Amino acid sequence: MTQKIKDRIGLPPVNAQKTNMTCHFCIVGCGYHTYKWPVDKEGGRKANQNALGIDFTQPVGSLQLSMTPAMTNTVKDKDGQSYNIMMIPDKQCVVNSGISSTRGGAMGSLMYNDTGASKERLKYPRFFTGDDWVDFDWKQAMAIYAGVTKRILDKDGADQIMFNAFDHGGAGGGFENTWGSGKYMFSALKTKMVRIHNRPAYNSECHATRDMGIGELNNSYEDSEVADTIMFIGMNCYETQTNYFLNHALLNLQGATKDKRKKWFPKESIEDSRFIFVDPRRTNTQAICEQTAKDRVMHLQIEPGTDTALFNGLLSYVVEQGWQNKKFIAQHTSGFDDALKANQMSLANCSKITGVSEADLKKAAEWAYKPKASGHAPRTAHMYEKGIIWGNDNYKIQSALVDLVLATQNVGRRGTGVCRLGGHQEGYARPPYPGPRPAPYIDQEIINGNGKMLTVWACNSVRTTLNAQQYQAKIIQRSNIVRDALIQSGGGLTTEQIVDVIYDAVSNKGGLFVTTIDLYPTTFAELGHMMLPAAHPGEMNLTSMNGERRMRLSEKFMDAPGIAKPDCLIAADIANTLKALYTTEGNADMVKRFEGFDWKSEEDAFNDGFRKPDGIDSQGGGTGSLVTYERLRAMGNNGVQLPVKEFKDGKLIGTEMNYMDYTFSTDDGKAHFLPAPWTGLPEPVEKLRGKHKFWINNGRANHVWQTGYHDKYHAFRTERYPMAPIDMNPADAKELDIESGDIVEVYNNYGSTSAMAYLEPDMKPGHTFMVFGYFKGNVGEVITDWTDQNVLPYYKGTWADIRKVSSMSGYKETVSFKRRRYS
Amino acid sequence: MSKISRRDFLKSSGAAAAIPLMGSTGNVLAKENSQLPDTGIMLDYPETTVSNSSQLPVNKAINFNFPDKNSPCAVIRMGHPVPGGVGPDKDIVAYSILCNHMGCPLNYDSTTRTFKCACHFSMFDSEKAGQMVTGQATEDLPRILLSYDKASGDIKAVGVDGLIFGRQANVV
Repeated sequence: MTQKIKDRIGLPPVNAQKTNMTCHFCIVGCGYHTYKWPVDKEGGRKANQNALGIDFTQPVGSLQLSMTPAMTNTVKDKDGQSYNIMMIPDKQCVVNSGISSTRGGAMGSLMYNDTGASKERLKYPRFFTGDDWVDFDWKQAMAIYAGVTKRILDKDGADQIMFNAFDHGGAGGGFENTWGSGKYMFSALKTKMVRIHNRPAYNSECHATRDMGIGELNNSYEDSEVADTIMFIGMNCYETQTNYFLNHALLNLQGATKDKRKKWFPKESIEDSRFIFVDPRRTNTQAICEQTAKDRVMHLQIEPGTDTALFNGLLSYVVEQGWQNKKFIAQHTSGFDDALKANQMSLANCSKITGVSEADLKKAAEWAYKPKASGHAPRTAHMYEKGIIWGNDNYKIQSALVDLVLATQNVGRRGTGVCRLGGHQEGYARPPYPGPRPAPYIDQEIINGNGKMLTVWACNSVRTTLNAQQYQAKIIQRSNIVRDALIQSGGGLTTEQIVDVIYDAVSNKGGLFVTTIDLYPTTFAELGHMMLPAAHPGEMNLTSMNGERRMRLSEKFMDAPGIAKPDCLIAADIANTLKALYTTEGNADMVKRFEGFDWKSEEDAFNDGFRKPDGIDSQGGGTGSLVTYERLRAMGNNGVQLPVKEFKDGKLIGTEMNYMDYTFSTDDGKAHFLPAPWTGLPEPVEKLRGKHKFWINNGRANHVWQTGYHDKYHAFRTERYPMAPIDMNPADAKELDIESGDIVEVYNNYGSTSAMAYLEPDMKPGHTFMVFGYFKGNVGEVITDWTDQNVLPYYKGTWADIRKVSSMSGYKETVSFKRRRYS
Repeated sequence: MSKISRRDFLKSSGAAAAIPLMGSTGNVLAKENSQLPDTGIMLDYPETTVSNSSQLPVNKAINFNFPDKNSPCAVIRMGHPVPGGVGPDKDIVAYSILCNHMGCPLNYDSTTRTFKCACHFSMFDSEKAGQMVTGQATEDLPRILLSYDKASGDIKAVGVDGLIFGRQANVV
């Protein structure tokens, strides 16, 4: 939304339509209500005159509501009628209790409006003729897209048809769309050449914990309210899982949930809770917690990439003290002795590697694992995110962490859990991935000239990948071969001839045919040849689950722009076009492969996937058939936590915490310890560390969602961050004559990118932090191509040099460079 | 229909801009003063003298209420020119001091020159037109539009850029 003079808003009248909406953005999935009413109507200020039931004849008191201009918009439906909308947080939703975040609070104004922030949304399929982007209808777009697909499939096989695709919930995802796209890619095309939106292969970010028998989302947000101690590892939840932090975890540190803790655990001693932060960086989350209770917050400020050493040192110390749970280990786990032996590390060595004093290591171990005064083991939740996911050897760090958690039985008990905090919401339901593990490293395949056709589905993966400069250069080079072929081909071509030209370019000249399926013309889209317009929640019905497995239905309340449609129906359109082509040819075997897409609506796709869980991989588990749109709608913004146990008395009954019976997700039902010896930094990363001055840590900031696909057009965001900021230590900056607001170049052997310097005294000398995935300034360009055994990148692991490029007076005049840490 | 960003507005006060209204029944009147485009986009605010430029100390938040007694605001003289500043040195600014996220009172921190919310930890930069430094609001801090009378030195509140928390319209 362009910020403008706006000193009043229209209230929804009493009879305004009211529907449920889960925030599109982060994994927390705050509940909102959407109100919609005719543009020429307005509710009154008296409580009985507006749909909110709130008296606005007097100012409303603090904390009673969150209602801002950014929550409003005017939209137009296909019937030509205009409507006002208001999307405000739901006070009855147990996730957010009426609190909005700066991201979700802007949802209303980001809904499509042809004069608003989202006016750049794709309305029609677009095709690049070689010198111009032209709009097509679906039929013509499908004729070319399916035509090229068929030609490659028939002549070269499915492995030459590659995808960069979403696998999550929320906008650009959802159970409907993961199913539709997955059924097309894996069952119909049968290609294994797929990478996920933010990493270069088809893999899990949590292979280790799953291999050990513990799914990565195993507790409820409420468990953070009743934990004795929370260890926060490589995460910054105030900025990235905001209302998990504000409405749950922080309440515990503030003491607001002490009565609940006493009630839940009456036999245990209940002390004031404690938070431990494991991070090389002092985050804003930590700063806020220190303001709340400095003596109950500690910072294990480890050296970059040394998490595994930390967990191994703590495990060894815990066992030395006899604080492990021997009975639990014996009855419900296997492999403890081997893992302990492999992970053995003295406190002295742990301190040397991590840079954390032995005293602090002991103190942290006591806070998290020493029996309480009542003799009970403390209930310690371990909440992690990209510090581990994108850390030094994802598989190994996660193994080391879960080893420590299992030894101390911090899973399956209320107030515990070992969980990722997450990025997107989840919403996975797909046929089994047809490839091996480790899966093919798709970016390298593209760089090596393999693949003839690449579809980039609801992601902008030149902005969310490693070794991004080399990758992007190759995309441009190979895409241009197809562009050249199209422009040289002259006019008057039939669709069949266009397909011929494209196929010749990709099969004889090294070209790559690139299609994007997205909301906007993304950076990747602009490098390619075809854009297919998709819809997002509100324009379609969409189901997702949040970080505590809470599934909700976001209800459609408006039409998508132009002829844009849900991803699942785009998948169906492609499959049905191919089916028709093979039918014409009389190829019965291939017709059969592309059957099963007779969907008229997203609900059809939901019923075909999530509700038929046999033989597929679904986060709904085996009881997905109990869930219907109608039942979910009735459950409102509180939804149901997966897996569903039963449907009883008109309600879906879910699962608050997994593994409470200590039956884990393994063949034998036991949790499996995994050896995770500390082996230092990967060689290519260690080389960079020796050569360059600055550690280029990277991650997210409060204002920005994902690749900034909406934010790029949203003045409130772009005025704050006109380009990706990089936090630097002021003394380091001074040496290089850099001030806040200067444009700097960040460079190493892998590539070079630009950022806006932001001086921050909390950054250790030699450390920096750059916003990841932003639309201007791409940190991926300086990140190595190294991955772990499952092809998970080490995004956090790169070193580079920095130089000042220019002084930017415009930024200095308008952008705040005040410290972002609350003090 | 064109819309203006806050930054553009601050850069080019006096520029005409058409702003869509959401079916408001408010009393919409054009305002004439040094800060506002004459576009009829503002409610009818009661012009209120809040201070005098000669009496404002540097970097001290002086509280006043505007546009009515239930809306606490603060005026500050920054000591150097700032975006949106008025007065002889273009350094006087004023803001609503109810957090526009959920209405908690904001405290002025004279060390960092930011307004801070203790409820959800939002911070707003008083020297950058109320830009949210970090936090949960969806707009920058509502800015009280001021006029400066050169002859008398009077600083008057004449309007508000942004919706004050807890209101359907700033003028109730």
